[in-house]
Amino acid sequence: MEYTILILALPLLSFLLLGLLGKRMPHMLAGTIGTLSLAAVTALSYITAAGYFLSGRNAEGVFADIMPYNFTWLPFDGMLGIDMGILLSPISVMMLIVISTVSLMVHIYSLGYMKGERGFQRYYAFLSLFTFSMLGLVVATNIFQMYVFWELVGVSSYLLIGFYYTKPAAIAASKKAFIVTRFADLFFLIGILIYGYYMETFSFNPPATELMTAGAVLPVALLLMFIGGAGKSAMFPLHIWLPDAMEGPTPVSALIHAATMVVAGVFLVARLFPIFIGYAPEVLHIIAYVGAFTALYAAIVACAQSDIKRVLAFSTISQIAFMMVALGVCTGSDPHEGGLGYMASMFHLFTHAMFKGLLFLGAGAIIHAVHSNEKDHMGGLRKYMPVTHITFLIACLAIAGIPPFSGFFSKDEILVACYRYSDLMGMFMSAVAALTAFYMFRLYYVIFWGKSHYEEQLALYNGGESSHKPHKPHEAPFTMTLPLVILAIITCVAGFIPFGEFVSSNGQEYTIHLDKTVATTSVILALAGIAVATVMYIRSGSRMRRIVNWALHGPIVAAYHRFYMDEVWLFVTKKIIFNCISRPIAWFDRKVVDGSLDLLAKATQNTAALIRPWQSGNIQTYCIWFLCGALVIILALLYMA
Amino acid sequence: MNIPAEYMLILSAMLFFIGVFGFFTRRNLVSLLISTELMLNAVDINFAVFNAYCQPQHLEGYIFSLFGIGVAAAETAVAIAIIINVYRNIHSIHIKKLKNLKH
Repeated sequence: MEYTILILALPLLSFLLLGLLGKRMPHMLAGTIGTLSLAAVTALSYITAAGYFLSGRNAEGVFADIMPYNFTWLPFDGMLGIDMGILLSPISVMMLIVISTVSLMVHIYSLGYMKGERGFQRYYAFLSLFTFSMLGLVVATNIFQMYVFWELVGVSSYLLIGFYYTKPAAIAASKKAFIVTRFADLFFLIGILIYGYYMETFSFNPPATELMTAGAVLPVALLLMFIGGAGKSAMFPLHIWLPDAMEGPTPVSALIHAATMVVAGVFLVARLFPIFIGYAPEVLHIIAYVGAFTALYAAIVACAQSDIKRVLAFSTISQIAFMMVALGVCTGSDPHEGGLGYMASMFHLFTHAMFKGLLFLGAGAIIHAVHSNEKDHMGGLRKYMPVTHITFLIACLAIAGIPPFSGFFSKDEILVACYRYSDLMGMFMSAVAALTAFYMFRLYYVIFWGKSHYEEQLALYNGGESSHKPHKPHEAPFTMTLPLVILAIITCVAGFIPFGEFVSSNGQEYTIHLDKTVATTSVILALAGIAVATVMYIRSGSRMRRIVNWALHGPIVAAYHRFYMDEVWLFVTKKIIFNCISRPIAWFDRKVVDGSLDLLAKATQNTAALIRPWQSGNIQTYCIWFLCGALVIILALLYMA
Repeated sequence: MNIPAEYMLILSAMLFFIGVFGFFTRRNLVSLLISTELMLNAVDINFAVFNAYCQPQHLEGYIFSLFGIGVAAAETAVAIAIIINVYRNIHSIHIKKLKNLKH
């Protein structure tokens, strides 16, 4: 398994090459280098996965962790040090597949989407940097290596959100994303340090004796780490950065803010799952409640957004919250009893990455065609963009949970796990799942059905009422439709992967079997959601839609404004933190810390100003001083004698 | 002929302070040089007087005063050269205009 080092080295090399020499290359060469290196990484990831899973289970019936590389990178003292290396375990191998697949699709897609953009080479350099960091994160052998790469993905996300650096909104969004996630990472770091102090190691499986002696500190450390994960995974109330992050190029949103980086928090909890379940199950349940609330909140907000990428962003938040809930409702490590959620969560992570990547890439194709993010500028696109239409529909069916698409299977497992935890949680999540179907099909109908914005504009132009001839929407080029088709195929078949064979909470083999009651209920609920969306949105200006808009005017406006969470944050930061904490600190810094040094400098300066005239350059003045000095010395000598 | 040593010392002290006074009040570089010469001559007289009255059997004082005269002559040559160069540079030998060396 020594070749796994190439999985990290290739994207890094491609980043360095494109970053340093990119400006001298023609666009397509840079794009080809990035894409080819990613294709090689993808091939290696599949080889690694095949090699890992085909090598079979060990005597205990689990896939053993393999560490092809591990060396001490930063020794602190005899006991504690930071290692760097590669750890292959079922979930990290699964993540390798997810990241490399989606990343390759995004690389190919961007060849078409970003064609002719300024900074094309820079874009590919950043994509390579991101891929490198994300792959490093999932194969981390210990929590500190994970943290290092965790920050690296944060930086690459910042760079890519702010890719259009001439747009003020993109700059603001990149700063917001960086600051919010960095704020959460502060808690992550504190958690890691507490963990390292008590465990005397940063590894994921510390000795049991240390775990026992840590006592009540361990849950605190784990909770702090979860806050870091919540920041990256956009859990309420740290979700505010993700919708704004849609200012970046759409393929970036597909890769970073839908499929890979935002699930880092889920991955973190899954990585530490044995510790969570063994020593801090109460923290897991907090995670479940945070996740459940986030899922509902984001789903409601998604129903009222008008920017199609924002809808997808909130849908991402909601789906990640599903994964968090699935991890949180675990009560044991046996997948047949309380540990089903772990498998369900990872399964949903896998399928979600594929269909949400597909949705974003589809949205990118639509934006490419109509040059706008607003749903009002779309409508009736199914005639103009058949491939995008079909693939988008497949993804919508998958996320809504309609069999036989992949989302159905993974979401069903999550719901089963929720019902095992408590009926209330199960029903709650079923309701959110129904809402998911509703908002996704609302989006689908307003984009592809209804009155065509283009035809309306064309009629205005032909009637002489508008002087602006609208562009005819066109199907995306081949480089963009190919990834759509590939991801759509994966979305169709991924549900039939015997996922429990590879990943389960205790590593033992687990065969997924559908719970008929839950599956039937969730399919009926999803169909109901789709039906409501169909009635309301299949035609523009249906009566249902007007009635609902009138009856729920207040809540819809509130949801459109995301329930004013951004304003709450602004109030808390600008009005409370800035005024009550930052300002006094700034005052103290300026007046006391700077002031004392300023005083020192001023005193020196004044003394200097006082004695500077003595050095007049006038020889005769010097001589008088010299004479006076000589006389004083003589007088002193006389007096002493 | 026996002149008391005090007379000669008073002469040399007067000569010295005339030199000092001239050095402080004159503004012309050549006048300053002359004042310096006066002070040096006062020192030479002191050497000779103390040698004659305190250690008549030795000659070091006389020799030192001869050295002093020689050094004074050399110093004058150097000083005149400096003054000429100053004049070439700033077209003046007024001491108030010669302040650039403080930088």
